[in-house]
Amino acid sequence: MELTLNDYLLVSGALFCIGFAGVLLRRNIIIIFMCLEMMLNAANLSLVAFSRFRVQLGLPNYSGQMLVFFIITVAAAEVAVGLAVIVALYRARQTTHVEDISSMKF
Amino acid sequence: MLPVFFWLFAALMLGFAVAVVLNRNPVASALSLVVSFVFLSALFFMLDAYFIGIIEILVYAGAVMVLFLFVIMLLDLKAEERRKFNIGVLIGGIVVAAAFFAQIFAVVQELPFGGQTFPHLATSDAGLQDVQNVGHILFSSYNLPFQVIGVLLLVATIGVVVLSKRELK
Repeated sequence: MELTLNDYLLVSGALFCIGFAGVLLRRNIIIIFMCLEMMLNAANLSLVAFSRFRVQLGLPNYSGQMLVFFIITVAAAEVAVGLAVIVALYRARQTTHVEDISSMKF
Repeated sequence: MLPVFFWLFAALMLGFAVAVVLNRNPVASALSLVVSFVFLSALFFMLDAYFIGIIEILVYAGAVMVLFLFVIMLLDLKAEERRKFNIGVLIGGIVVAAAFFAQIFAVVQELPFGGQTFPHLATSDAGLQDVQNVGHILFSSYNLPFQVIGVLLLVATIGVVVLSKRELK
């Protein structure tokens, strides 16, 4: 039995939903941040699958892989800035629990 | 592409992803995330995306996760003390995520070409020249975005330095 595009897309969707559930359920801001990375990587998996699926002249369609490359770079920059924000937040409030950070709550 | 290995790697990747969400200890979560991303890059290798797979391991397992562990240990986070458990949030989160997955499942089943297998690549004797092809396209068709991403990294570096300064006004 050969693998189809659906198999990859479903695994990618499952990974995205696990990350989504993590963002909704967890209250530690660092874990929430890790789950965001997981969701970005789920998108990467489906992009690479589509890139491999659309073969042109015997080669994969590299536009999809280029987008994945840029997503990984942006995610790395995002992690650096986000963790700096978390460290600054921890310095000001001594907590990483999102329910303790509610000064902007309506 | 052996289906057995695909399902093995996919199951391990999803299992460790669940472990990230369920672990109460942030360090254990971060290490589970590293393992999950290594298996994800195994899936990239199975899709003949060798460059992206290597980049995934280098950037995520090598750089991002070290940064996460560094911050976790710098802040000296204990395992989350048990707070009063909000059962409504738990049920709501699981229901929303499950509904979202059901939606994705329905959309994927509707794809007209979703059931097709992957077409074969025309490989020469030397195999697929993946890095060479990626580099060629990156520096020809995607040259401007590549330089813009360099500026973005510079801006991120400056932003991190500004955020990390002692006095935040």
